[in-house]
Amino acid sequence: MALPSVIGTETEFGIMVRDRPDYSPTLASSHVVNSYQGGRVRVQWSFEEETPGNDARGAGYETYGPAEADPGLINVVLSNGARFYVDHAHPEYSSPECVDPRQAALYDKAGERVAAAAAEAARGALPSGGELRIHKNNSDGKGNSYGYHENYLVSRDLPFADLIRYATTWLVTRQIFTGSGKIGAENGRPPVDYQLTQRADFFEEAVGLETTLKRPIVNTRDEPHADASKYRRFHVIIGDANMSEVQTFIKIGATALLLSAAEDGALPDELQLADPVEAAWRISHDITLSRPLRMEGGGRATALELQRQYYEWLSKYAERELPEPVWSQVLEEWGAVLDDLETDPRRCADRLDWAAKYRLVDGYRLREGLARDHPRAAMIALQYHDVDRERGLAYRLEERGDLRRLFTDEEVERAAASPPSETRAFFRGGCVDRFAESLVAANWDSLLFDIGEANLKRVSMMEPRRGTRDLVGGLLESCRLPADLIRALGG
Amino acid sequence: MAQERKGKQPAARDRTEDAERIDAREADEGQMEKIDDLLDEIDSVLEENAEEFVKNYVQKGGQ
Repeated sequence: MALPSVIGTETEFGIMVRDRPDYSPTLASSHVVNSYQGGRVRVQWSFEEETPGNDARGAGYETYGPAEADPGLINVVLSNGARFYVDHAHPEYSSPECVDPRQAALYDKAGERVAAAAAEAARGALPSGGELRIHKNNSDGKGNSYGYHENYLVSRDLPFADLIRYATTWLVTRQIFTGSGKIGAENGRPPVDYQLTQRADFFEEAVGLETTLKRPIVNTRDEPHADASKYRRFHVIIGDANMSEVQTFIKIGATALLLSAAEDGALPDELQLADPVEAAWRISHDITLSRPLRMEGGGRATALELQRQYYEWLSKYAERELPEPVWSQVLEEWGAVLDDLETDPRRCADRLDWAAKYRLVDGYRLREGLARDHPRAAMIALQYHDVDRERGLAYRLEERGDLRRLFTDEEVERAAASPPSETRAFFRGGCVDRFAESLVAANWDSLLFDIGEANLKRVSMMEPRRGTRDLVGGLLESCRLPADLIRALGG
Repeated sequence: MAQERKGKQPAARDRTEDAERIDAREADEGQMEKIDDLLDEIDSVLEENAEEFVKNYVQKGGQ
């Protein structure tokens, strides 16, 4: 078996100051990130260590110069091992490295709590009467999209060309259960009343390095934030941010299975679509899930039929290779979703955002006799994603038991404060917790300390599955000062 | 004869579709009752001045 070593997600939140549309979103985002009162330390994020212009397809594709380092950007590292910062005029939460889809879904959810708490704390920084609104969504409905990315650290033994061949159809067809739902179409796609995803309209290429324009289904950014001779990071940019915990779990879990089976050579066929870019929005625009897609080499199949095929292969693979209970839970949830989508997609309103939101928007619209484009219908669709516990409509559904949960509030709160035990996020989070005043810079694979000596001390973390509680828990406990830690680590 | 059959088929299909539509509407009405309470709750927390809010909701593009 070849499961991803670590998994994490990145969420760019929508942000606005209510009744002040002129207020700079970058400034508002800065206030939000800066005001967070949970365990955190403000650091220099070591941009020189990042290489977002590296292309997994190899030499000849690099089109970017070095990443632009904007000194005005604000970065904090959280005690749960996450990064919380301002990116492209949005607050962004990048989760800590997680070991399995359940943990990844939990730390994804924890990001909502961080953003909500930060927004609450930032109230005082705003002009009087200004009220922040933060949404975990991916589109403003006016042609602007901002990302939600999944990261799977896979072995470099998996050739990138194989990854492209196996992942393209997967990423496009999984939209039937990864979408958060959207009223209307954007980016020049044909008009539609309601569609499955927020993001599909914005994908214009099959494969590429870009993330902000001409977005590709398979993104080739080759930046593992770990030993590059051993790992590659599969950077998935075509998913929606989900409010539903169950949905995030299925999305990440089934994708991890696909990647593992691809590396093990356990997928009998590539299931190539004739035109994946067109299929991406066509699938999203079809809430009946019934329209067939053209396959490469002839024949037609629906997204649901293709997902059924994947399910058959991956369930056999997982039963053979993956005894841990989390994988049977992935199969159970994924299989049930496919069954329900086939019988009646409305059955998925208790676990898929697009179906839950459709139920609200359409129910309200019918009851009030409103047109499809009525502002109150649009308001419901937007407010579904509000991260405030009182206003957020997804949370209202959760509290009523209309949207299933995987986690308790206590688990989510704990995850917002404490790191996973099984990855280097444990070390990072522990250092934030204990030695915040000495941490001057950080990135995913290193920390930089100022211990009062002539030189800053860098601690490298190139192995994401080291720095765990088992390996460094005792050490962190035993060090009173950061200098003790550096000495103990041989610095 | 063939002409007649062609004429009948769409009519038969229409009746079935009508029946399905009525079934669907009744099912929808059942659903509506169940979520009436939910919709009331949503009404109570929905942002005031939705039109203005939605109009002002313009984000800078991101990744």
